[in-house]
Amino acid sequence: MMERLTGAERQIALMICVVMATVGLVMAAAGRGDPMGSHGAIVLIAAGITTFFVLRAIGEPEPAEDRTVNYYDDPTKAGLVIALFWAVVGMGMGVWVAAQLAWPDLRFDAAWSSFGRIRPVHTSGVIFGFGGNALIATSYHVMQRTSRARLAGHVSPWFVLLGFNLFCIVAASGYLMGVTQSKEYAEPEWYADIWLVIVWVVYFVLYIRTLARRNEPHIYVANWYYMAFILVVAILHIVNNLAVPASLTGAKSYSAFAGVQDAMTQWWYGHNAVAFFLTAGFLGMLYYFLPKRAERPIYSYRLSILSFWGIVFFYIWAGSHHLHYTALPQWVQTLGMTFSVMLLVPSWASAGNALMTLNGAWHKVRDDATLRFMMVAAVFYGLSTFEGSFMAVRAVNSLSHYTDWTVGHVHAGAMGWVALITFGSIYSVVPLLWKRETMYSWKLVEWHFWLALAGTVIYVFAMWNSGIIQGLMWRTYTESGTLAYSFTDTLVAMHPYYVARACGGALFLTGAILAAYNVYMTIRHAPEKRPERDYPTSSEATEPPVPAAE
Amino acid sequence: MSVKERDPLTGHQTTGHEWNGITELNTRVPRAVWFFIIVTHIWALVYWVLMPAWPLVNTYTRGLLGIDQQEQVEERVAAADATRGIWADQIAALPLDKIRDDTLLMAHVERTAPALFGDNCAACHGSRAKGGPGYPSLVDDAWLWGGDDETILETLRVGINSPHPDTRYAEMLAFGRDGMLDRDQIRVVADYVQSLAGLDSGASPERLEEGAALFADNCSSCHGEDGAGMQDLGAPNLTDNYWIYGGSDEALFETIYGGRQGWMPAWENRLTGAQRKLLAIYITSLADGGPQ
Repeated sequence: MMERLTGAERQIALMICVVMATVGLVMAAAGRGDPMGSHGAIVLIAAGITTFFVLRAIGEPEPAEDRTVNYYDDPTKAGLVIALFWAVVGMGMGVWVAAQLAWPDLRFDAAWSSFGRIRPVHTSGVIFGFGGNALIATSYHVMQRTSRARLAGHVSPWFVLLGFNLFCIVAASGYLMGVTQSKEYAEPEWYADIWLVIVWVVYFVLYIRTLARRNEPHIYVANWYYMAFILVVAILHIVNNLAVPASLTGAKSYSAFAGVQDAMTQWWYGHNAVAFFLTAGFLGMLYYFLPKRAERPIYSYRLSILSFWGIVFFYIWAGSHHLHYTALPQWVQTLGMTFSVMLLVPSWASAGNALMTLNGAWHKVRDDATLRFMMVAAVFYGLSTFEGSFMAVRAVNSLSHYTDWTVGHVHAGAMGWVALITFGSIYSVVPLLWKRETMYSWKLVEWHFWLALAGTVIYVFAMWNSGIIQGLMWRTYTESGTLAYSFTDTLVAMHPYYVARACGGALFLTGAILAAYNVYMTIRHAPEKRPERDYPTSSEATEPPVPAAE
Repeated sequence: MSVKERDPLTGHQTTGHEWNGITELNTRVPRAVWFFIIVTHIWALVYWVLMPAWPLVNTYTRGLLGIDQQEQVEERVAAADATRGIWADQIAALPLDKIRDDTLLMAHVERTAPALFGDNCAACHGSRAKGGPGYPSLVDDAWLWGGDDETILETLRVGINSPHPDTRYAEMLAFGRDGMLDRDQIRVVADYVQSLAGLDSGASPERLEEGAALFADNCSSCHGEDGAGMQDLGAPNLTDNYWIYGGSDEALFETIYGGRQGWMPAWENRLTGAQRKLLAIYITSLADGGPQ
């Protein structure tokens, strides 16, 4: 793939690799005896592997293609394959942690395999590894198509994709070694955080520059959401990770915030990670791939505007609903709760806009599992945003907080919405990118759909039951005014649901494995077909008679 | 070119833009959406007026209802304490025997004690109080420090090897690690200890005799000459075939080699006197083959 870079670009890539290798070497040397040293070795190895691929192409002739008439899809393809790899790893870890809760002996008595260490490998693996790579890859695809412009740069897309994955690997390996900031979804330590800031700023610049090149007078809705995702995640990440390293040669750092301010900053970050990483980015996916696959116009442009601004404005206030009935002042809780409820309408407007877009294409939803993935994703998006606003109400939260209900809610969103829209998008974009007629097997897509749906429903119902039972048992008093159940009693009551949850997760994982296999077979064995019209041009200019060969 | 088209299915016009085949209808926002926006906003406004809501420079808007979550918690805790106080004060004042005779008070004990045990004791002694490796069973009739009411209450109050100033203190020395017995001697005395408990160690009479001599020199000062233990010292009875750390060859070797110093927290500052009495009654009822 590196042959498609020009000589100058190959040299820039090589220079970046050398700088990275130097950084890795310094980290490895300075951090000897600390996990930071191991991370230095990982950085060094990653830089070495990348250098190998760049060097292999360094003597190749300059690329012959005319870059003005083709999209640049290599990073997108790589990103999708990496996303599927992380899906299997992250969901596999999820099934393992779920099984550990039901059968604690599955820890096998090692330190690295304890629940507290592999649980963040699961969450980061699916959110950042699977979700993040899918977002980066689809954003490259969508911004080029909806701008009718090629990516602004050839090294930077690779830098963003590979740099982001280096962050994921450093994060996951750090968890196993016990490296953590103890901030949920922001566990990686200071040097990983600084690296992600660099990667993310390059991503932002790349996105803005590509948009600036666009040959369309207007910016499509999907790009608004991808833009919001990139911009706000940068802000959230920088603020929540402000910290002072205990030393420059070790992984440990101390947060700049303390006490309830720390909790508030963390949940301002945590909730908006859900909002802008797991919602806005994936709404970008939904807004492109759903109408494309359904071949229907978006139901209402006006509703798009209303829900976009509603979502970005209201979400940012809602984080404090994670801290109801705590030391957080009550007025902050009030604001979190009321804004969460007002947020429901724009959220449902988005889900409704997607479902109404399918009017006139419901026969396709019936026949085409790929489109059905996206339709069900929109339904789960509506369900989980309703549930979220409901759980943000203080009275409801007094029952649901700290219980498995929260876990069920998150997974209704993560499995039902985020993963399903991603799989739907992958199934619609893979044949196009690799220039295949269709996916290798539509039957496997169908199987995947039903496995994923069954897994999600089993998971969510198990956690609803478990969470509500748990919450009720915690607050049940005897006639004597004392607690009726001990904590252990609640664990006994939850056990069957934990088993059910592990089974639901296993079904979902099976589906993801089928997806990875199906994509692999599509790339390798599906019959070729050139797409009819997939190249950048101004919609108002005369189109070139023949798309240039690659 | 911005050309508005009419969608034949819905009859709505598009916005006239097109992105790689995607178009948008210019459908107006459904009335239901505006309706629910108004409803949720009015609800939020009303809530802000009634409850603590917006920050000001040095304070915040306190709301017309004057509700404060801190005060609410304090009131509810006080009310709950008052409800429990009606019977808890009596339990605190009466000796255990009198409580056992009072069926009304015993109803409170039976309702309250299992969860109290589950939250405070079960982590070590097990949810069925049967103990586990390193933690004594509370349902057998073997007691380290004594099983009468006063002794159990005192053990609960001060703990064992705890930081409490009056704590019960007991330590089995590390005979092997500290060089008082060599490895062979430990195996010999372990065989003798097994024979005390009526276990068949397979040892010859001469070996047992040697073990008895070692036992008399090293162990009898705490465990007694007959091995029946001393409750004043917290030294376990070795003849009853109840084991905390196990009675196998390996477990006994490890115990004698490395010594033992079990630990139980002092509950004086963590549970009230009435709660410790509930637990004492509960534990003795288990040992008597009571509930569970």
